[in-house]
Amino acid sequence: MYDLRCENVTKRFGDFTAVNNVSFDIPSGSFFSILGPSGCGKTTLMRMIAGFETPDEGDILIKGRSVLKDAPNKRNVKMVFQHLALFPMMTVGENIAYGLRCRGDARSEIGGRVKAVLERVGLPGVEDKQISQLSGGQKQRIAIARCMVLEPDVLLLDEPLGALDLKLREHMKIELKQLQHQFETTFLYITHDQSEALVMSDNVAVMNAGRFEQIGPPKELYENPVSGFVAGFVGDSNRWSGRVDRVSGGTARIALDGGETVLGTPGAGGLTDASEVEVFVRPEAISVGKGDEGCTLSGTVDSLLFNGANSRILVRTNSGKLIEVADQAGVSGVAEGDAIDIHWPGHLALCFGKGAA
Amino acid sequence: MRSDAGKLSLILLMAPFALWILLLIVLPQLGIGYVSLREKVGPGQFTFGFGNYLDFLGEPIYWNTLLRTAWMSILVTILALLVGFPVAYYIAKMARQRSRAALFLLCLIPLWVSDLVRAFGWIVLLRETGLVSGALQWAGLISGPVELLYNDVTVVIGLVYTVVLFMIVPLVSTLDGMDDALLEAGYNLGGSRLTVFRRIIVPYAMPGIVAGCIITFMLTAGSYLTPILLGGKNSSWFTEQIYNQFITRYNWEAGATFGVLLLGFTSLVIWLGLKLTGQSLATTVAKD
Repeated sequence: MYDLRCENVTKRFGDFTAVNNVSFDIPSGSFFSILGPSGCGKTTLMRMIAGFETPDEGDILIKGRSVLKDAPNKRNVKMVFQHLALFPMMTVGENIAYGLRCRGDARSEIGGRVKAVLERVGLPGVEDKQISQLSGGQKQRIAIARCMVLEPDVLLLDEPLGALDLKLREHMKIELKQLQHQFETTFLYITHDQSEALVMSDNVAVMNAGRFEQIGPPKELYENPVSGFVAGFVGDSNRWSGRVDRVSGGTARIALDGGETVLGTPGAGGLTDASEVEVFVRPEAISVGKGDEGCTLSGTVDSLLFNGANSRILVRTNSGKLIEVADQAGVSGVAEGDAIDIHWPGHLALCFGKGAA
Repeated sequence: MRSDAGKLSLILLMAPFALWILLLIVLPQLGIGYVSLREKVGPGQFTFGFGNYLDFLGEPIYWNTLLRTAWMSILVTILALLVGFPVAYYIAKMARQRSRAALFLLCLIPLWVSDLVRAFGWIVLLRETGLVSGALQWAGLISGPVELLYNDVTVVIGLVYTVVLFMIVPLVSTLDGMDDALLEAGYNLGGSRLTVFRRIIVPYAMPGIVAGCIITFMLTAGSYLTPILLGGKNSSWFTEQIYNQFITRYNWEAGATFGVLLLGFTSLVIWLGLKLTGQSLATTVAKD
């Protein structure tokens, strides 16, 4: 059962194609994210689902029924806006009651529903507060409560964490996921922050230049990206450009721009001889020490970047590349200026044709 | 040292403003108030008392004129709001960024022409031998020339035209600050156009609406040229009474009394309006 389905949705603004032939399904009750850089068309896509834009081609179905002919106020998709758009001239209670009153609920029931939803988001008894009296995280929860009280088929969230400071953002990520579990509603979350998408989602769609590059669970996107864009955008990666020397069996021999030769695994789509490629190796796949032929580079330690479990060693290779190597809490014991060899397992060096993405 | 310099610059900056308020507003008003309490008992002989105010109450034509002026000013204010709100909404929310400045400038252009000339413009259009009358005759809608001047409708139209700009400016600046996402949220949560207008746009614009209404009401109630020129002898505008007392009858005491009454009465109307809409001066006119 799908709560939301988009079929070949396309939207153009003049000559510019903002959303290009996008199709996806969101299973009921799941947390689905659309991840992409700013300007990739993800907000346009969301606005089409909410009804503020009309697609030029394709269809949008909610619970199996096309909603293209429905006005925004007739669709049972509710939206949490980027800057939340809480009504400043109403109290918290009035903000939440607004949708219920529009729906025509009996006055006697509204009070109880408002109270109940405030308890569910963990803010009981704030009905009479003004919006300006709330903290950032509380506003966030009120914005979600305002939508959830209407029991929408799908809740759209347009980068709602963007305006929060880092600490609160980390906290809200977990809280959002918990709220989604609690309400058992389908969430469609839009973000340019890959860590938000990876942490919270059941499925992530990576969007670039109006197209979906890949849809899948976060783990799959991280481990088996289908394109160079996905490999570079999801998670951290070292990215080296070079030229294919020879492809044989499951490995490709690649001459990097600096002169080194490495072995890599061709990603989806395959590689042809002598084509321009990019090699992606994640920092945590690289370890210190000499490894197999074609999976080793040597250089000197440029600097050590301490960041707890995310610490990095920056290695400058003999040809001048800067390579990030994961250093679990600084255990490797190297110092700046040391000569060092680094290696990685061959199957974790993914190669994608340049521009073919 | 620093705070002394700060104090000095504050004094220097505020001095012209304070002088202006004191010399041109407060002192004359005190003078008017003083004169209004003076009763003439003989040539050059005066006593003090509320006789002038009692005279005003005893003469129905006086207080009827004041009431009539207040009612018509309220009507003009409401009409200016009805005309000005869509214009302001269009300029602030619907016009493209580039045409917005041009539209705003278009609203200001009438101010380049003096009040007097604009009033005469209406006369040229509306008099018996004027353009409108001529056009109607030419179109065969009326058989003879028709006098469109010197009635209340014309006065109200002329006043709305004069003051509507002062309604538009505060409305544009308030509506300009409204995030479009508020409207979209209003629709998204199930509101119809009417609901969004009534529950989101109007409450949001309330400070601008009240500020605009206060300005237009005060301007209308205190206007002189437009009612006199377009309304003629029938206009019975209260400022005309004041003018008559001061200039025609050389009765400064009565004129001053009327002046004080006009100020008091219009202030009372505004106070009532603020009470009814639940606003205060601090949240509207004094809003940053």
